[in-house]
Amino acid sequence: MDLQTLWFILISVLFVGFFILEGFDYGVGILLPFVAKNDTERRVAINTIGPHWDGNEVWLLTAGGAIFAAFPNWYATLFSGFYLALFLILIALIVRGVAFEFRSKLDDRRWRVWWDRGIVFGSAVPALLWGVAVANIARGVAIDGSMTFIGSFFDLLNPYALAGGLTTLLLFTLHGALFLSLKSGGVVQTRATAIAKRLVIPVALLVVVVVLVSAPQLLSRLTVFTVLALVIAVAGLGVALYHTLKSGRFGLAFAGTSAALAGAVLLLFAYLFPRVMPSSLGEAFDLTIYNASSSQYTLSVMSVIALTVVPIVLAYQAWTYWVFRKRLTDKSHLEY
Amino acid sequence: MEALDLARLQFGVTTVYHFFFVPLSLGLSIIIALMQTAYVRTNKEKYKQMAKFWGKLFLINFAMGVVTGIVQEFQFGMNWSEYSRFVGDIFGAPLAIEALVAFFIESTFLGVWIFGWDKLSRRAHLASIWLVAIAANISAFWILVANSFMQNPVGYTIAESGRAEMTDFFAVITNPNVLLQFPHVALGGLTTGAFFVVGISAYHLLRGTNNIEVFRTSARIGLIVGTVAVFGTMLAGHAQGQRMAETQPMKLAAAEGLWEDEDPAGLSMFQIGDEENRQSVFNIRIPSLLSFLSYNTPDGQVRGINSLQAEYEALYGPGDYVPPAIWLTYWSFRAMVGAGMLMFLLGLVGLVLVFTRRLETSRWFLRGLLAAILLPYLANTTGWLLTEVGRQPWIVQGIMRVESAVSPNVTVPMLWISLIGFTLVYGLLMVADLYLLQKFARAGVGGTATTPVLNVPENATLKGMY
Repeated sequence: MDLQTLWFILISVLFVGFFILEGFDYGVGILLPFVAKNDTERRVAINTIGPHWDGNEVWLLTAGGAIFAAFPNWYATLFSGFYLALFLILIALIVRGVAFEFRSKLDDRRWRVWWDRGIVFGSAVPALLWGVAVANIARGVAIDGSMTFIGSFFDLLNPYALAGGLTTLLLFTLHGALFLSLKSGGVVQTRATAIAKRLVIPVALLVVVVVLVSAPQLLSRLTVFTVLALVIAVAGLGVALYHTLKSGRFGLAFAGTSAALAGAVLLLFAYLFPRVMPSSLGEAFDLTIYNASSSQYTLSVMSVIALTVVPIVLAYQAWTYWVFRKRLTDKSHLEY
Repeated sequence: MEALDLARLQFGVTTVYHFFFVPLSLGLSIIIALMQTAYVRTNKEKYKQMAKFWGKLFLINFAMGVVTGIVQEFQFGMNWSEYSRFVGDIFGAPLAIEALVAFFIESTFLGVWIFGWDKLSRRAHLASIWLVAIAANISAFWILVANSFMQNPVGYTIAESGRAEMTDFFAVITNPNVLLQFPHVALGGLTTGAFFVVGISAYHLLRGTNNIEVFRTSARIGLIVGTVAVFGTMLAGHAQGQRMAETQPMKLAAAEGLWEDEDPAGLSMFQIGDEENRQSVFNIRIPSLLSFLSYNTPDGQVRGINSLQAEYEALYGPGDYVPPAIWLTYWSFRAMVGAGMLMFLLGLVGLVLVFTRRLETSRWFLRGLLAAILLPYLANTTGWLLTEVGRQPWIVQGIMRVESAVSPNVTVPMLWISLIGFTLVYGLLMVADLYLLQKFARAGVGGTATTPVLNVPENATLKGMY
């Protein structure tokens, strides 16, 4: 396996981490008005992700940094091409992060209402736009011979991409509802569970529809990896469906949505490989792991560092989930 | 305005804004870790109160630094795609390493610290704030490795493809520029944290609030740390100036408003320049001092802007190699150095007053310390303006000019949208941030700073540190 392939895999792993981890905290943010009707309930919901959201977000930042280091042309084309979408995501993430830290600092209803709106906005917008971005990458966008995106923001808002956005939005919401079912108690838990039960079938149907619409493309690049990723995604959804509706074991249901998200990311990467951004203007203009990559020297230095550090990161982040494993209720010590 | 100007303005606005928050996070995290170490070792409640009080202010500030840092990670690709393509091989690596080895630790263990007061053993909890403090400073190191490549490119070659490629990772991370810049920035952060602590403690000493002992001790810690740190910052800065004479003479000439070569060169104290005709109109100078500062000897030639321009034209081809707005670089340098010296002086006087037990009765001096919270901010901001504006027109010194670095497909309307959007949101957040900081700073220890809860059910037993 060459280093470009290794980095392609590493970046897919970072995106899997990002979708699973930040996915549920986006979901909790989106669900805030639906699971919590008063300030204490809102605090319970927010505090379930309190110790984790910032660490989760670093998966995205690391993925961004890794793309820059390993595939500078991918980084340059993607971020300059999706400029306005990224701008919106950045504004959303800025407002959201500050909102978590600031909302409970003042005893003022209007202050908290506005920050709570910031949390909902800041969670829903990226949850939607990441799906739009990912679907556009899969579909191919107008990239010319100088690796520059020459389409417009509105080209990115095509029906297929919007369906992709709706899918991530609802998948993250479901994932968040299951997380709240696991981590909160009392009325927040009851409402989250009810929402998960109502959402799980429509979400599963939507995913099936998106996969069916994408089937011709997927079939044209069928490999053992795409099949495997698809199996993981579908099996994950099946597990989530069964445990949400039948057994009520939400830990397993949450594992199911996690697998579904992982499968979706892996499917995208397996489908793309070895391309990173196909061009809709012709195969000759595709960005691939080879024409977008850094030098062998940089890739090998970065490989040593990443392969050493990523397992350590996984270990201590896992440890924090163990430390804060307790269910939160309105009787818990709440920091945010 | 053209796309290039807007992209530069946006980078300037977002980066200067980001660096309002970063130095305080770098320095205050260390000071809090020291306070909490004192608590774990002595078991005195006072130190726990200190760690918690300064911790609250730290968290408000830290959140702002984190979220504005996200923009930095993506903005090179968004606005500077040609730059990213050209140097990604070298410049992307430290950014990715920063996220992997530092930012993950910082964010994860900050969550552990905030939420772990009652869930972890005292030692494990103490370790979490140390991890945050150390990782934050390591993170600064990697960012400065990237920045240093722009100031003084090393460890690379220009490949056949025309892109810069890394040839020596060790050379990149031991860039002589970063070996001075990192201590300068880290100690500058510590200075910022220390003067923040000193200023707010001075406010409480003036007011004579409850738990005065907390602020008495905080002021003492802050003055000791601050005086040592600002001195170290100045030493590193001086060494940086000497390097600048070697590697970026144009920046030094701009910072000094030195138009012609001089030997020995005098140090300008106050100058009115004529940038159009590239000459000085009015100048008060101390003879030979610039030569002395540059070379440690009373003579030695310091290059002027006009002769460097002629030399660069011969070297790099026709073009303008003079940084824009010389006045900005010139006055930024003076503001930074002036603020640094004033802080050092205040620190020394403050230490004398502490050790002669007169600090709390020196009311005018305490008021001065409160105002001095602004000094490190002035020095931090002007320091970066000097570093970055003085590097122009290069984006990477000597190998890439800023106008060839900008994204070709990001249009003027798109830039206006993002520039106005960031500025508006940043402006509103600054208001909220300052409001919260002053409210919690004033509230003191055991004041009204604990989190009040709205709609508390009767049986609830909520307690929170906010």
